[in-house]
Amino acid sequence: MPPVITVDDLAKRYGAVVALDGISFTVDEGEVLALLGPNGAGKTTAVEILEGYRRADRGNIRVLGYDPATGGREFRDRIGIVLQETGIEQALTVRESVDLYGAAYTRRRPPDEVISLVGLEEKADARIKTLSGGQRRRLDLALGLVGDPDLIFLDEPTTGFDPAARRQSWKLVEGLTELGKTILLTTHYLDEAQHLADRIIVLNGGKVVAEGTPETLGEARPVTTVHFNVPDPGRLPSTEDTPEVVGQRVTYRTTDPTALLYSLTAWATGRRMELSGLEVTRPSLEDVYLDIVEGPA
Amino acid sequence: MRDPNSWLSLVWLQTRTTNRLFWRTPIAAFFTLALPVIFLVLFSVIFGSEEIGGGYSFSQFFAPSMAVFAAVSSTFSNLAIRTAFARDQGILKRVRGTPLPPWVYMAGDILSGVWIALLSVVLMFLLGWAFFGFRMIWDDLGLAVLAFVVGIATFSALGLAVCAVIKNGEAAPAVANGVFLPMAFISGIFIPLDDAPRWLVILGDVFPLKHFAGPFGDAFNPLHTGQVLGWENIVIMIAWLVLGAVIVTRFFSWDPRGAK
Repeated sequence: MPPVITVDDLAKRYGAVVALDGISFTVDEGEVLALLGPNGAGKTTAVEILEGYRRADRGNIRVLGYDPATGGREFRDRIGIVLQETGIEQALTVRESVDLYGAAYTRRRPPDEVISLVGLEEKADARIKTLSGGQRRRLDLALGLVGDPDLIFLDEPTTGFDPAARRQSWKLVEGLTELGKTILLTTHYLDEAQHLADRIIVLNGGKVVAEGTPETLGEARPVTTVHFNVPDPGRLPSTEDTPEVVGQRVTYRTTDPTALLYSLTAWATGRRMELSGLEVTRPSLEDVYLDIVEGPA
Repeated sequence: MRDPNSWLSLVWLQTRTTNRLFWRTPIAAFFTLALPVIFLVLFSVIFGSEEIGGGYSFSQFFAPSMAVFAAVSSTFSNLAIRTAFARDQGILKRVRGTPLPPWVYMAGDILSGVWIALLSVVLMFLLGWAFFGFRMIWDDLGLAVLAFVVGIATFSALGLAVCAVIKNGEAAPAVANGVFLPMAFISGIFIPLDDAPRWLVILGDVFPLKHFAGPFGDAFNPLHTGQVLGWENIVIMIAWLVLGAVIVTRFFSWDPRGAK
């Protein structure tokens, strides 16, 4: 089965600013892919090109077999778009807006079904302007789902949410994956990508800088940190890795912790010395992410 | 894909929704309907004692003018302002992300304006008739309707054209009214241009409003002799309609930031 999304060497610039500098990736059917990266990494540009809102300068793009730039109605009939902070007619009720925005889809779902799917039954007849921020996002999601899409775009679905509202949104998205929907999600929250996605692509400066599952991404830069204190750091043994020394505190960053620890412990036991405060830490995914997007500390 | 019948139902849904929003947005309803009503009442009270020609009321001439004023306000100003705000808020972008054909959205927007325009014309005539001595003249109704149809088509296109050229929705009310109100004066909507300098008369002739308001008013003017609606009126309005349509197709953006 061909991938739902194929992106090959996609590039886009705004004047002199390079937003996307030749990115490539695929998304398979039923997969949840997160585009993760800091603000300005190019996530929204990438997604808006895939949605058909913007034109690429270069690159091959196929979404559900269509070129999004020319796919037109047939293409839009099969995707659901949940944009970040997109306006809506505040004076309509929830049900009216679901009815209105669902009207043109060939496979539209009954408004009440979609409203209860996102848990807004009690607000179905309320004007949109009376909804809370979290309820508004749930309505946005309902509008993205009303056409029973094969592919859903979620652009920063929880930006600006309090923790409780985030958990609630995550549950909703998890519900979608159980329906077998393919989802492309953008976020600048690592934990969100980790929680929701099957696979994560890290974008930075318009480039793909790392890719993997939440589990394997941590291995992208397997740097282990070794800390300890010695009274006289000037006489450390010679090792492959160079230490950083601050006062009596010694820090190594190594990709080969076993060998390093072997030489250090052999050296210390030979001198009947204690490596006080010895700590060996594997990097968290957070460290890896920050390392990738900000450069090594 | 759908059959054309259901395109009709989509247009109908868009039109109905836009109407609903109009009535739920009191400020739009006020400027479109209440303002011409207030003008009609005030002017009719101020000049009410004057009898014109063979005992005709002031309102006989002024009610059709206010009907045109309200009709242009419900198409030109309303479309420009409402659509620019909808674009700024990302509503147009949201619409563009669904399979709804853009022309259906536009058609709903325009038809809603046309509906409000029709209502306002009827309202002005009824008020003029009930309180200020306006008497209906049926002889040239057909020509009045023709002027009305071409006129509101032109001002709908121009309203969307204003939206297409301004970048910022907050500027829309100022631009729309800044164009419309002076145009109303030089087109003789408030005060007849009989004693106006020649250059002002010529200036008024260039713009489309005089070619809408003039023939429409003449159709209900018992003192008017000669032709009501001339070819030049139709041609000038259609020229502006085409200009508006060209601007819309060239420059209209659905994106809040004008992106392509």
